[in-house]
Amino acid sequence: MGDKIIKKGQLPNVLKALKKTFEVFVPVREDGFYRLKPLKDGEKVDLRFTNTRLSPKSFVLPQSERMFEFTLDEKSKDAHIVKEAPKGYPPKVVFGIRPCDAKALRLVHVNFDNPEFRDPWWIKRLESVTLLGLGCNEPCSTCFCTSVNCGPFNKEGLDVLLYDLGECLLARTLTEKGEKLLQVGGVDKDADSGLKKKADELKTRAEKKIGSHVPTDKLGKKNVNDLFDAPFWDDVAFACINCGACTFLCPTCWCFDIQDEVTKRQGDRIRNWDSCMFPLFTLHASGHNPRAQKVQRVRQRFMHKLKYYVDKYKNGVACVGCGRCVNHCPVNIDIREVFRLMNDSEDSKQQ
Amino acid sequence: MGHSDKISEIAKKILEEKTVDVVIGFRKGTLPMMREPVLIKDAERTDQLYWDSFCFINLASYLPKREEKIGIIAKGCDSRNIAVHIVENQIKREQLYIIGVPCEGMVDRGKIISLLDGKEVREITESDGDLTVRGDGFEHTLKKGDYLQDNCIRCMHRNPVIYDALAGDLVEERKDPDPYDDVKALEAMGSEERWEFFSNLIKGCTRCYACRNACPLCYCPACFVDESDPQWVGKSIDPTDTMTFHILRAYHCAGRCTDCGACEQACPVDIKVRFFTRKLNKDVLDLYDCEAGLSTEERPPLDTYRPDDYDEFIR
Amino acid sequence: MKNHNEELRLSDNPYLPFPARIQQIITETEDRNLKTFKVAFINKGDEQGFHSIPGQFCQISVAGKGEIPLGIASSPTEEGYLLFTVNRTGVVTRYLHHMKEGDTIGIRGPLGNWYPWDKMEGKSVVVIGGGFAFTTLRAGIVYMLHPEERDRFKDITVVYGARSPGLLLYRKELEQWEKRDDVNVHITVDATDDPHWPYNVGFVPAITEQKITTGENSYALVCGPPIMIKFTQPVLERLGFKPEQVIISLEMRMKCGIGTCGRCNIGEKYVCKDGPVFSLAQLTELPQEY
Repeated sequence: MGDKIIKKGQLPNVLKALKKTFEVFVPVREDGFYRLKPLKDGEKVDLRFTNTRLSPKSFVLPQSERMFEFTLDEKSKDAHIVKEAPKGYPPKVVFGIRPCDAKALRLVHVNFDNPEFRDPWWIKRLESVTLLGLGCNEPCSTCFCTSVNCGPFNKEGLDVLLYDLGECLLARTLTEKGEKLLQVGGVDKDADSGLKKKADELKTRAEKKIGSHVPTDKLGKKNVNDLFDAPFWDDVAFACINCGACTFLCPTCWCFDIQDEVTKRQGDRIRNWDSCMFPLFTLHASGHNPRAQKVQRVRQRFMHKLKYYVDKYKNGVACVGCGRCVNHCPVNIDIREVFRLMNDSEDSKQQ
Repeated sequence: MGHSDKISEIAKKILEEKTVDVVIGFRKGTLPMMREPVLIKDAERTDQLYWDSFCFINLASYLPKREEKIGIIAKGCDSRNIAVHIVENQIKREQLYIIGVPCEGMVDRGKIISLLDGKEVREITESDGDLTVRGDGFEHTLKKGDYLQDNCIRCMHRNPVIYDALAGDLVEERKDPDPYDDVKALEAMGSEERWEFFSNLIKGCTRCYACRNACPLCYCPACFVDESDPQWVGKSIDPTDTMTFHILRAYHCAGRCTDCGACEQACPVDIKVRFFTRKLNKDVLDLYDCEAGLSTEERPPLDTYRPDDYDEFIR
Repeated sequence: MKNHNEELRLSDNPYLPFPARIQQIITETEDRNLKTFKVAFINKGDEQGFHSIPGQFCQISVAGKGEIPLGIASSPTEEGYLLFTVNRTGVVTRYLHHMKEGDTIGIRGPLGNWYPWDKMEGKSVVVIGGGFAFTTLRAGIVYMLHPEERDRFKDITVVYGARSPGLLLYRKELEQWEKRDDVNVHITVDATDDPHWPYNVGFVPAITEQKITTGENSYALVCGPPIMIKFTQPVLERLGFKPEQVIISLEMRMKCGIGTCGRCNIGEKYVCKDGPVFSLAQLTELPQEY
């Protein structure tokens, strides 16, 4: 493992070679913003994007995943028996995933793969995807990754991290999967020490460019009930319209719903992204709803990311500072403000 | 005195005099082109109130189910939605003190973002119909009129239709001959082409329901898409279910929609959802000679039965 | 008791229900809203791998309708079948109520934690239940009364109430327990017009206060509607039960049952995985949001 060099002019050939083994996804600008789309033949990769509008979590946690299938046809001996839905997990490469989004997958991983339960779809999809990350030379003004144990060139979760050095890309191999990928792509030229130094400088420079910072130091030490009962939630939540935009764009929101859908006598059990912003999320069949009020739901989203997760996994906050929710909340609820409010809130006198 | 100052002044007065218990308005957001709806209870905090061309959220959305006396800032479309709420018994007129803001259109943040092609806006100021946009190493002066939201370009009711005070002088209403020129293209399509158009329009929809939730008309305690017993619509991103949501949402708004554009501005994936409601608005105007929210007396046309209706089917 | 289900928890797909057959359906209450389903696994292997501990629950799957969490009402000492008592409230339960003996459903589990049987060894146990939330308590009582288990516990007392006599679950069993001398049973109803009603009349908290003398060296297992739990708590406190000795089983809307789907949390705890059984001591540390 080590640092390789890809001349920008060679990039199309590298991707072409990868396409023989993998489905290759690249950032494509469409209708005014970027999405990760399958690379078309002869398509030139656009490296100017800041980040994709939607996070790439759907590669591992699709918005709708067919879990099982069943038949309700009484003539079948297996009528009403729920069975695995056969499906493939073709190897994929996500080219240009940003470091924050790759780290997000690591943060979510503990929810789907833990000593007690292993989520088969999450695990198989994660195994089948190789993450060829691209460091951020020009972070956005709303990025605050460096405050949350991440950064514009953070390596966590990536298989290869690319440094855009202008004429060429330096490819830093981080895993065996990444090494194999570069071999398949025919990337074999080692980077000399001068370029390595340039890459490291690029990282330092990008980190300095991050202009947005949030405090996190006291979150772990706070009493959970002090934060839960803090006086600021009504003000934070007032503007919220209870849509799921923040949760659906967020790379670390993983909550899902399970639904059965039947067409004629054939059915599927499907899991769909869900959102803690929706009242239905927690509504009991009896009609009781522990989070019936908007303020309770808004509080849940922030408490989950900035307190419950912190306490449960002792691995920092469940936020990578990508700024998607900051930019796309229609009513400008800004998680950076909530970080400040929560971290700097007063402790109760009784503690 | 600018709109913001005037709004703060009125809000302070009505809170101090206890005309109202709370004021709903906007405060300056954390991003250059975003404003945050805010609820103010304390007269001392009215200096937070802010107004400019990025107050695109329709504040009427925050009224249903509120019990107290409320001061609310309303541009033309907001005031029409307040009128709709009053007609539909979502709020009482006596509960409200409406601070009307004559409006020359809201700026479409998306249009400015696309113009800059990836460069970020760090600061934006406006004066006399000009916008000055500043970022890292650039400054542009733009004509505000060129960057208005699509609905504002065709808006015929820029002045509030009901108000108790005004935060500025009334503006001249537009007298364009045809506010629905854009719908003509839709009408010219064949049904298959139109289906294709709408299918394409919503292909990126994530069903986050920001369009629905930003809409003041969508105040049902349980929306049909959320009902689970019975369940009307599937919850996956199956195109049929997604289309069902959009079509039914639009039909629920027919005759009630003021074309405020909040739905479109709220969409996190830039879907032009107004295409669904525009055609219905035009039909309601053509068929019933009615535009929503112009009166606090008249019920919406699709909610009205008249024994002398000239259509056969209803008799 | 050892946790036997280590192996199951690591099974390949924790979302896949085991096929099971409805063997018998018993209508429990006079309003017919509660039915008990006696269910057996279709595959022998699934049955052999299933080891529940009283207090745990299962996700019951009805193909085409969905899944719901239901407490296991049978004790592991009752072999060859499982019991689930179903209150008709939502889509799945309403469908279940229309199902017939011989129909196929699915079972995922056992899920969640259980009543702290290890800690309760050598202690007296007070079982307090209300309404239809008596299912896993029944499992616990049957388990404790089993000849091989009974000696592990000191006095066992049951306080169980419903709104009226016709709404009591497991009526026949209650009457049998009533007659035994190794368990004290206090059946109560909120009200009745039956002049010959042989048991108590009054709310569960009040009957608890009358019948239980001390919380010394005891555990209380509490399960019932929120209002009952709310008013029982101060009674238990007065009787000297420490928060660690009050054990409560909670309900939440659930989908996955294994702590992944995110909806049933109370603070950092998932009711499906870290619960459904919590001590009052644990609950006071958590946000009051359930």
